[in-house]
Amino acid sequence: MTVLLAIGTQKGLFLASSDDERRSWQVGPAQFPGTAVYAVGVDPHGPRPRLLASVDNSHFGPSVAVSDDLGETWQEPERAPIAFPDDAGASVERIWQIVPGEPGVIYAGSQPSALFRSTDGGRSFELVRGLWDHPHRPQWGAGFGGQAIHTILPHPDDPSRLLVAMSTGGVYRSGDGGESWSPANSGIKAYFLPDPWPEFGQCVHRVARDGGDPEQLYAQNHHGVYRSTDGGDSWQSIAGTLPSDFGFPIVAHPSRPGTIWNFPLTSDSERHPTELRCRVYRSTDGGEQWEPQHHGLPTGPYYPVVLRDAMCADTLDPAGVYFGTRAGEVFATNDEGESWTTVAAHLPDVLTVRAVRV
Amino acid sequence: MPVLLVPGVLRAEAGGESRLEIAAAGTLGAVLAEVGERWPLLARRIRDEQGAVRRYVNVYVDGEDARVTAGLETPVEPGSEIQVLPSVAGGAE
Repeated sequence: MTVLLAIGTQKGLFLASSDDERRSWQVGPAQFPGTAVYAVGVDPHGPRPRLLASVDNSHFGPSVAVSDDLGETWQEPERAPIAFPDDAGASVERIWQIVPGEPGVIYAGSQPSALFRSTDGGRSFELVRGLWDHPHRPQWGAGFGGQAIHTILPHPDDPSRLLVAMSTGGVYRSGDGGESWSPANSGIKAYFLPDPWPEFGQCVHRVARDGGDPEQLYAQNHHGVYRSTDGGDSWQSIAGTLPSDFGFPIVAHPSRPGTIWNFPLTSDSERHPTELRCRVYRSTDGGEQWEPQHHGLPTGPYYPVVLRDAMCADTLDPAGVYFGTRAGEVFATNDEGESWTTVAAHLPDVLTVRAVRV
Repeated sequence: MPVLLVPGVLRAEAGGESRLEIAAAGTLGAVLAEVGERWPLLARRIRDEQGAVRRYVNVYVDGEDARVTAGLETPVEPGSEIQVLPSVAGGAE
């Protein structure tokens, strides 16, 4: 059994693989060298997993490259795979997320905040008009990283149900396949707005869906960590036993209900790990209690942060969890966080990680 | 006819060619529109989907920066050279 770990960085994509139960890793050379890779999607529905990479050249713009041989070779269509139609009056600045939906469908989230849908395996995408034309859109703002849809969560049992999250703007849901959308931020605080409990406008950093209960969701916000047990109708804080409610990623176990991980940072203004220690926090009860996990991680003062898409889990049991830092380190656990190994070091800033069982 | 000079970093998008002979003339916009039809992958490296030249790509017509002349309305003569160059301001940090 081989696990492939796609590591998207500020200056290229690196593919790491492990053939020994995720104990040791071989890291390949940079692909798309010099080009930022902000997202990697894995479509599992074909005969082999299809990899889709958001490649973002600072000179020549964004694109999506596709590989059907696990990253050996990549293809890019002649025409821009993701582009706004003329009447939208906007241009794609960056692709922040690529996520498979039901078989035959792939979604992508962009900067500026828009959702795109592909039915040809990611070679071309169409703007989801229902969200782009939402009356709230003029009021969606930009976070420090830009205004983008960074989270896309198709419902695993119902293709008509879809959740997205954007910074800023918050969580939106559709129950009709993307035709219409409603905000779903009840209970999520936006401390930076005059009304701290608005219908929308929150700065959500990432949302994860529980591995056992698809109606249970977790949100890491710009200060605030929340859980919803009703599919996003309402949210409750689960930050009580965390050392900080600030951070970027939140990741759910692939199958075990209530097990989640995040990487707390001290605060908005002090963006480094709490107590300057490289520690992942895990909860096994849906966020009521959190415990630090650091065995095998660097000791001593630690400053690098983990970005929102730079932490993921695989689909094995026990689950593997992976995270990369802006200092170019990548760490992995094959025992759900009890111990960690170093996959790579001295890479460019890590923007995204995705694990694939092959 | 006008000639578009392709920088080394974009030659793969132009079928390996360094010089592209363009049938259209008149304005830079007409030249880039033809590039979009004949070499769409090259064209989208130069301009976004709304037709704007990308921020860190510079286009010179007969040695003059089109951004400071007339943009896409910059006149292009039958013997003009259009040079596409990546800006030194871009690139990963």
